[in-house]
Amino acid sequence: MSLNIEDNEVDIVIAALRSDLTAFMEKWRPFFSRFHLIIIKDPDVEEDLQIPPGFDHQVFTKSDMAQILGATSINFTGHSCRYFGYLVSHKKYIISIDDDCLPARDNAGTLVDAVAQHIVNLKTPATPFFFNTLYDPFCKGADFVRGYPFSLRNGVECVLSCGLWLNIADYDAPTQVVKPNDRNVRYVDAVMTVPVRALMPVSGINFGFNRELLGPALLPGLRLAGEGKERWETMEDIWCGLCTKVVCDHLGLGVKSGLPYVWRGDGVDVRGAMDSLKREWEGVKLMEEIVPFFQSVRLPSTAVTAEDCVIEMAAMVKEQLGPLNPVFASAADAMVEWVKLWKAVGSQGA
Amino acid sequence: MADSASIPNTPLLKDELDIVIPTIRNLDFLEMWRPFFQPYHLIIVQDGDPSKTIKVPEGFDYELYNRNDINRILGPKASCISFKDSACRCFGYMISKKKYIYTIDDDCFVAKDPSGKEINALEQHIKNLLCPSTPFFFNTLYDPFRDGADFVRGYPFSLREGVSTAVSHGLWLNIPDYDAPTQLVKPRERNTRYVDAVLTVPKGTLFPMCGMNLAFDRELIGPAMYFGLMGDGQPIGRYDDMWAGWCTKVICDHLGLGVKTGLPYIWHSKASNPFVNLKKEYKGIFWQEELIPFFQSAVLPKDCTTVQKCYIELSKQVREKLGKIDPYFDKLADAMVTWIEAWDELNPSGAAAEKPNGTAK
Repeated sequence: MSLNIEDNEVDIVIAALRSDLTAFMEKWRPFFSRFHLIIIKDPDVEEDLQIPPGFDHQVFTKSDMAQILGATSINFTGHSCRYFGYLVSHKKYIISIDDDCLPARDNAGTLVDAVAQHIVNLKTPATPFFFNTLYDPFCKGADFVRGYPFSLRNGVECVLSCGLWLNIADYDAPTQVVKPNDRNVRYVDAVMTVPVRALMPVSGINFGFNRELLGPALLPGLRLAGEGKERWETMEDIWCGLCTKVVCDHLGLGVKSGLPYVWRGDGVDVRGAMDSLKREWEGVKLMEEIVPFFQSVRLPSTAVTAEDCVIEMAAMVKEQLGPLNPVFASAADAMVEWVKLWKAVGSQGA
Repeated sequence: MADSASIPNTPLLKDELDIVIPTIRNLDFLEMWRPFFQPYHLIIVQDGDPSKTIKVPEGFDYELYNRNDINRILGPKASCISFKDSACRCFGYMISKKKYIYTIDDDCFVAKDPSGKEINALEQHIKNLLCPSTPFFFNTLYDPFRDGADFVRGYPFSLREGVSTAVSHGLWLNIPDYDAPTQLVKPRERNTRYVDAVLTVPKGTLFPMCGMNLAFDRELIGPAMYFGLMGDGQPIGRYDDMWAGWCTKVICDHLGLGVKTGLPYIWHSKASNPFVNLKKEYKGIFWQEELIPFFQSAVLPKDCTTVQKCYIELSKQVREKLGKIDPYFDKLADAMVTWIEAWDELNPSGAAAEKPNGTAK
């Protein structure tokens, strides 16, 4: 990868759901240390954060958030605290990795620089209008295949890079219960553009995005009634990803999926997953309404920025999904509130 | 890769699958494939000079058709089968009586996976065809039915059954399938990246389908696999599989069938001459700029409930919308109709299963 990464273009946003970040940050040090880190302490975490020295970082706690946001209806606890980080960042690119993930090793045994890979993904074009069977044509050693129209070979800007996970894959609670010992050991050496109009579940565990272009499209919208700290107890990233993909498709921007991998977690607490299952069947059921809704969203041509798109979508959510479940009405409100916050806080110095 | 060892036996399907191979040279390459291909019936479609004898290695069960045979069997309808182009292979699809087809080029050999193990490409294609596809929502862990994978969090349960897989599109290590301009600019580039994934091409997404290493369910999609008019007497070449792929994908999307791409890899040994290729492809490079929007916007009416009906409808749209690009497309539209007539003649009675129309979305 010979692309130049300007250190001052990138913020790494970490949601600290645990107080002791020492092991996490030490392992990531080779890849994090040149960048500025924004660490958001989950308001529900009481102990002080333990952060090893040598990182250029800023920590935001509950009180910092209250001071900057004022009164807000958005709940920034748990995994959603990271959105606050997006708000206060001034950088072009944001990379975000869950605090229970460590660098993975590729098939050659080399530690993967997930940050660098996300940046490469974001700095090379995406190709959403026609699928390239050799995957990312901008990768070294690859290209567009025979039959790929030349007019589509410039590609479009990639604004979202969705990474993957080795070891504990990002499965929902039912799957975790049924397959507690399954580990993802398959390192698929590819990045690919998710085609236009194809929707997918975007996992918040390991991703990067272009904050300048996407702005408020990455949003804390859907909060499950019983949302918890385990990933399988949340849908915030799934909702956010669907909004973002619709926005990208509308604005002609690209989304990539694949590399980089991170190494996730130590094990699956099966009892925990079963408890979640009792409480969180909700999230799984909601997807049945959510997916058809997003597949049907058509944004007007007057929506030309991410912000416009979010406001339009919020209205559609309120109207079409709101009546089905109160969490949707709340999501719509949160989306509108988020844009307000973005205008007030987020666009400063961007 | 422990897949084929750890998964209890992928069925051989030896009585349900034909291997179709177009050739003008010889079939020496079959020696390397013997361990994997020998159980199967081969359909050899001999292109070029019919007086030449194609030597088939001992021990293979095969039928061979040259141009004379094609003319004899199809009569005037033989006009839809290309001459002096590997597009003639689609005659093999038409004449086959089996449920599945695997087609491979005669310069494609057995590849090795990263562990050094030889890849049984046919076995992987069978796995791909026998497992459902998931075209309505993209699974970020690729094929969820593979050993060691599953649907990720957020994947709606109602979409987890998937749909029938009609096409399995394999890839190539070594000489990549580039067009002539790219070959000229990058003559030394070799594909060395083994991407250990199979994935469903999403509904509504087109792709360039390469015929070098391709399998499909003939009963589900066979009539759509017409490889067009190429080669002798035609203004274009090297777009046969592309054409078939675009038609096939539009029809699969309409009928709710799945198309997969990715594994298996074969080893592509021969780089064709880029200057020869450029002459063949030249018009195609310009035409594809019109063809892609055409296929992307093609809509098939609800009453097209069989592949044949879809295909005839497509041929009408080709005539109507592409005829103005070049008279070739009028000829091609005619040939598409002839193909379906020939297909139905050779495959009478209920080979076209009615497919429910406009499923899911």
